[in-house]
Amino acid sequence: MAQGIFVITEQREGTFRKVSFEALSEGRRLADAKNVPLVAVLCGSGVEALAGDLEKYGPDRILVADDPALAEYTTDAFTNVIAEAVKAQDPELILIGASITGKDLSARLAARLDAGLAMDCVGVRLDGGDFVFTRPMYGGKVVANVTIDGTPKIAALRPNVMTITEAPRSAAVEKLAVQAGDVKTKVAERKLEATDKVELTEADIVVSGGRGTTGDFSVLEDLANALGGAVGASRTAVDEGWRPHSDQVGQTGKVVSPNLYVACGISGAIQHLAGMSTSKVIVAINKDPEAPIFSKADYGIVGDLFKVVPAVTEEVKKLK
Amino acid sequence: MEIVVLVKQVPDTESLIQIAGDGVSIKTEDLKWVMNPYDEFAVEEALRIRETQGGTVTILSMGPAKTVETIRTALAMGADKGIHINDPAAEGSDPLATAKILAAALKDIPFDLIIAGMRAVDGDNYQVAPAVAEFLGIPQITQVIKKEISGDTIQCHQVVEGGTAVIEAKLPVLFTAQRGLNEPRYASLPGIMKAKKKPLDVKTLVDLGVDVGTAGAANRKVKIQALNPPPARKAITMIQGDDPAAQAAELVKKLHEEAKIL
Repeated sequence: MAQGIFVITEQREGTFRKVSFEALSEGRRLADAKNVPLVAVLCGSGVEALAGDLEKYGPDRILVADDPALAEYTTDAFTNVIAEAVKAQDPELILIGASITGKDLSARLAARLDAGLAMDCVGVRLDGGDFVFTRPMYGGKVVANVTIDGTPKIAALRPNVMTITEAPRSAAVEKLAVQAGDVKTKVAERKLEATDKVELTEADIVVSGGRGTTGDFSVLEDLANALGGAVGASRTAVDEGWRPHSDQVGQTGKVVSPNLYVACGISGAIQHLAGMSTSKVIVAINKDPEAPIFSKADYGIVGDLFKVVPAVTEEVKKLK
Repeated sequence: MEIVVLVKQVPDTESLIQIAGDGVSIKTEDLKWVMNPYDEFAVEEALRIRETQGGTVTILSMGPAKTVETIRTALAMGADKGIHINDPAAEGSDPLATAKILAAALKDIPFDLIIAGMRAVDGDNYQVAPAVAEFLGIPQITQVIKKEISGDTIQCHQVVEGGTAVIEAKLPVLFTAQRGLNEPRYASLPGIMKAKKKPLDVKTLVDLGVDVGTAGAANRKVKIQALNPPPARKAITMIQGDDPAAQAAELVKKLHEEAKIL
């Protein structure tokens, strides 16, 4: 009978994506509740030593798939290797971070394994012995509690939602025999932006701007720098050409879940809210007291963002 | 180049979504139904490829009768033909079952390229297109914002955290469209008129050789137990006054002392 919880971790060049630690922490909580083993899966090339980094989050075992064919993420190689490990070990539940790679991989893996997949979960709990997954639908306008029939059950977890908890124990590390199989894609090139920029979907703080900025994001960037956060944009700001597509927060942009979301000159269209409604604290700064954003924010200031935002930056600097 | 575009009809993102009396579905009366926004990018990209390379653009969509409107929109944009899978037994299918049905239809269509939206904005599952690629045994490249085709090879620029990855594969390939890939054209009036005469085949699960026992709401692996509104936030605290410095000081104080996030 299928038993145990797998967590598929994601690393690039020796650094794990934060959502992997979130998934391990969640896996540990569920494994304790169900009294079953927690198994971390680590794929890459020359990554054996990284297994030690995962022990902090409490897996009982760590499966390491170490092979040059896994040096770069490809859907085929990773799906082939992980599917084999799943078939051999028969876990009941597989957790994975719903990063871009996680979404790509979990969707293919689910099809390979004929497994139900709950995508972009914001919660997982046990009800009796059954896993219940909480996930937004319709751009977050409703939240669904779903169960999955059959095994394995796969849940991709929204980044920045689950709490990271350290629960160190020593884990048994096993090297898997890797058969990458027929890999039909090749990574020709990676074009990464300056590495000091915080990635929007992983940022703890996001300062976002809309029509009210009239295209001038300088005061927002100053505030984001002072806070150590990322800068986001509404669809208007992107459509106007003021900010790149990759900065767009919203139903047809990125979904972010930071601790603090500061919306400056953003009216608060439904589609924008879909991209940031799971933020822990929302601050809205807008000239228009009737702006819909104020009905969704925790704190609001009616005022000129070009005066208010620099003043907030000053106050933040005083705090540090 | 033979291109198939996977298209879904979804509620407009402006729609007010209300939970139905059964607590596990949404009210569908009074909803405005449109082409999934990400599928518009897919249709547009297919048309652009056909403009440079020649070939045919086929629209494939599964859904109830009104799905025809969305297929006709794609035909009005310029696609050549449509295939509508319309079968009550398929209604409520989960992503895997949907993908199996689409893959069954695709087995009879010669294709070099399949393009889909990177997700549908109702289910938000990101799943059907990759599953279709799996069932057809072809490579997938998701979240594509740029592509180049030369001969039988495609290079796709895929959004990744912090930048893009350029992924290469030999056709046939399935890729999914992300915002930024292109600006979709509007259907012109002549286009709308021409669309009425373009071929649109309707298929049932039996036509496709799909076992009805694997499809539909009753056979979902992922079962909705309850739909709830999003968690209510506490009422807003408006920082009063009209002096920006004072308002800022008050806000930061509250974020530090009350919300404890600074």
